[in-house]
Amino acid sequence: MADRPATGKAALVAELERALPPGTVIHEEEALRPYECDGLPAYRQLPLLAVLPADVEQVQQVVQICRRHGVPVVARGAATGLSGGALPLADGVLLGLSRLNRILEIDPLARTARVQPGVRNLAISEAAAPYGLYYAPDPSSQIACTIGGNVAENSGGVHCLKYGLTVNNLLELKVITAEGELLTIGSAALDSPGYDLLSLITGSEGMLGIVVEALVRLLPRPARAQVVLAAFDDVEKAADAVGAIIAAGIIPAGLEMMDGPAIAAAEDFVHAGYPRDAAAILLCEIDGTNEEVSEHVMRVNALLHEMGATEVRTARDEQERLRFWQGRKAAFPAVGRISPDYYCMDGTVPRRRLGEVLKGIARLSQEYGLPVANVFHAGDGNLHPLILFDSNVPGELQRAEDFGAEILELSVRVGGTITGEHGVGHEKIHQMCVQFSAAELEQFRAVKSAFDPQALLNPGKAIPQPRRCAEYRTIGERRAQRKA
Amino acid sequence: MNDLAEALQAQVREACAKSEPLALRGSGSKSFLGRRVQGRVLELSGHRGIVNYEPRELVLTARAGTPLAEIEQVLEAQGQMLPFEPPHFGPGATLGGTIACALSGPRRPYAGAVRDVVLGCRIINGRGEILRFGGEVMKNVAGYDVSRLMAGAFGTLGILLEVSLKVLPKPETELTLVQECDATEALEKMNRLAGTPVPLSASSHDGIQLHLRLSGTNGAVEGARKRIGGEILADGAGYWEKLREHRHAFFTGKAPLWRLSVPSTTPFQANLPGKQLIEWGGAQRWLISEAPGETIRRAAAEAGGHATRFRGEAPEGEAFHPLPGPLMALHRNLKRAFDPAGILNPGRLYGEF
Ligand SMILES: Cc1cc2nc3c(=O)[nH]c(=O)nc-3n(C[C@H](O)[C@H](O)[C@H](O)COP(=O)(O)OP(=O)(O)OC[C@H]3O[C@@H](n4cnc5c(N)ncnc54)[C@H](O)[C@@H]3O)c2cc1C
Repeated sequence: MADRPATGKAALVAELERALPPGTVIHEEEALRPYECDGLPAYRQLPLLAVLPADVEQVQQVVQICRRHGVPVVARGAATGLSGGALPLADGVLLGLSRLNRILEIDPLARTARVQPGVRNLAISEAAAPYGLYYAPDPSSQIACTIGGNVAENSGGVHCLKYGLTVNNLLELKVITAEGELLTIGSAALDSPGYDLLSLITGSEGMLGIVVEALVRLLPRPARAQVVLAAFDDVEKAADAVGAIIAAGIIPAGLEMMDGPAIAAAEDFVHAGYPRDAAAILLCEIDGTNEEVSEHVMRVNALLHEMGATEVRTARDEQERLRFWQGRKAAFPAVGRISPDYYCMDGTVPRRRLGEVLKGIARLSQEYGLPVANVFHAGDGNLHPLILFDSNVPGELQRAEDFGAEILELSVRVGGTITGEHGVGHEKIHQMCVQFSAAELEQFRAVKSAFDPQALLNPGKAIPQPRRCAEYRTIGERRAQRKA
Repeated sequence: MNDLAEALQAQVREACAKSEPLALRGSGSKSFLGRRVQGRVLELSGHRGIVNYEPRELVLTARAGTPLAEIEQVLEAQGQMLPFEPPHFGPGATLGGTIACALSGPRRPYAGAVRDVVLGCRIINGRGEILRFGGEVMKNVAGYDVSRLMAGAFGTLGILLEVSLKVLPKPETELTLVQECDATEALEKMNRLAGTPVPLSASSHDGIQLHLRLSGTNGAVEGARKRIGGEILADGAGYWEKLREHRHAFFTGKAPLWRLSVPSTTPFQANLPGKQLIEWGGAQRWLISEAPGETIRRAAAEAGGHATRFRGEAPEGEAFHPLPGPLMALHRNLKRAFDPAGILNPGRLYGEF
């Protein structure tokens, strides 16, 4: 995309600076550098300029001014996104929402928190803790990522098997539309009249509206939580055990899996106490009332042994439980220490196909000559293969991308999806053409136009234009040639 | 022949070409709800059958005309259930109608609503295209969440062909406790309990008695029973079913039935004429009242909620709570995005579309 004529930019800057307090508009190249990418640094782009409003009115003004200038707006929370969703546009304004970071209200009796979009995920649970409450969706990035980003991606976490994704824990959003209007979607009641726009906007990757406030549901802290760690000498056995636990009528609060390379990386990094010689471990968290946890932990223990676990350990105390989880939550950065770069995929597959898909990934890993570490939400069938590569080695980034694309296509083939929680963003836009038909993509575009007829909000992300799909077919052919 | 997808598609295409409105009909069990549609009746109950059910995956996919009762039976045989405990409102209730009307039962505040368990769907949009959104996996953020949007759209955005739902294991045991108290005390108890880790799965107050249902493992339910207190109701399951199906004694009388959906901590609105029954931990209130719709809607709105005329003719014709202007504009745009000719259940939700 070509830069806009300087006069256009100057006029826009002047108008924004007139409307907003000093220090809100950033337009010098060096100062824009920190905004050039999100959590997927393989894609970088300097924005035309960045704006950092501090309240809802300022956000509204930015959107209205940009609209008058016909300049697109890309929202950004903490930029931990892993699909290039907050990747700036060369001719667009990057709208940083990190200054809207106040928790407006915790209502302990109603069990709700009203927060601004820049509030960090973990900060909500911290603020709710004195009341014995917490906010359930817990992405591994929860110390950093914002609720605005969580809504835009419909983020999940290790506890969403039992407690749901962001969409299941939201009551109301205040949203600035592409027209610059402030809308309230949903309410403090459990439902609202008309279409379920709350569901539609959640996961819409900043393309249908800018979230400027959220009312989220809080849950009571379970009376007790216990984690069971099981080791397996075979990845497929671990995958089968996942299905067996669920078939037994137990819904664990979390059911996570890590394979050998991920275990080793996590051990070296945080010394979580994982068995280093295992081919895979499962972390199964059971929570609930004291009685329930005792009953379920016993049954899970027995089941895991039956499914061929070589070792089953129940965390002895809260400290050990937290250490088990620390290893899991630090797994991405841990892998980051052992490889110059890694590329995190996010396909979801039916649970019964997990073993087969993991084998498929291992085969592809050999074909591409790039190692993989698997650490993922096994209970949901949501895979996170981390492809290890070195972008300084010519051709490796391309190989990693090709490898990733094949994993996503494999996920679709077995009845799954290209993204379980990280979003399509810029990264997976081509694979949308694999998962959806031309008519389905056209329906998505019609939804986008219903909210944003001039395509001003994060245009070009998530939903491909028909031209893109034609391109992808050629890319697929080239990929096959590269491999041959 | 239980798969009528192509035949239905042909009919929609034809209707689209002629701009002929269609009145979608499952079994007609919920035709009392919402506005009346003027149009050619399109029967959907023939498109039926469970397409895929994997107890281990906690997923069931069925054609939209499948009777709800059949689905519940099949789940029951595997010790599973629909978490949102849908009301049937008639023996023929279909899955499609249940999803389209987004009706949830007593377990709703504790286990989620219809929209919370919709994982995917196949629809025919107003252009007669068959489209698939979401899928059978637990997590899926590829594209906009059109599947959940179908829940509560009353067929105005698309004809549901197939729906995939997340199902859950049935609790090991359930038990209902009864105690006498007034509405204010009941609301306080419902909200306070929901903020503590007890296995609550339903709650109601009928003016005199507070009913609380506990669900979970034997140990968990027994432990909570001791902490909460109250008498054990002999036929707890029967009580909740009657309440869910509006066969409870409260639901008699000629006056219109209103559903108020309000924040759970909203104080008891004693000033509203008529009688009230509280459900959903305080978040759903049934009101049988001759009061003007406007009065009832204002009371619900002032509390931060909304009111639906659930049963009984109302002179003003609107069943659902009016939308503010900008939101209504968005609704019209969305309707046009799915059904440009305006042929799918026009006017069922609002007169404007
Ligand atoms: C180490 C690591 C672990 C992770 N683990 C998980 C995990 O377990 N589960 C999971 O789901 N994700 C995970 N993620 C991904 C990421 O953290 C989530 O997608 C998160 O929700 C992004 O939040 P953010 O504030 O960083 O948003 P950003 O990255 O800034 O933005 C993400 C998207 O949201 C849009 N957006 C941001 N704010 C708003 C707003 N206010 N209104 C409208 N649109 C907005 C942006 O335009 C962009 O499209 C992980 C990431 C990392 C780096």
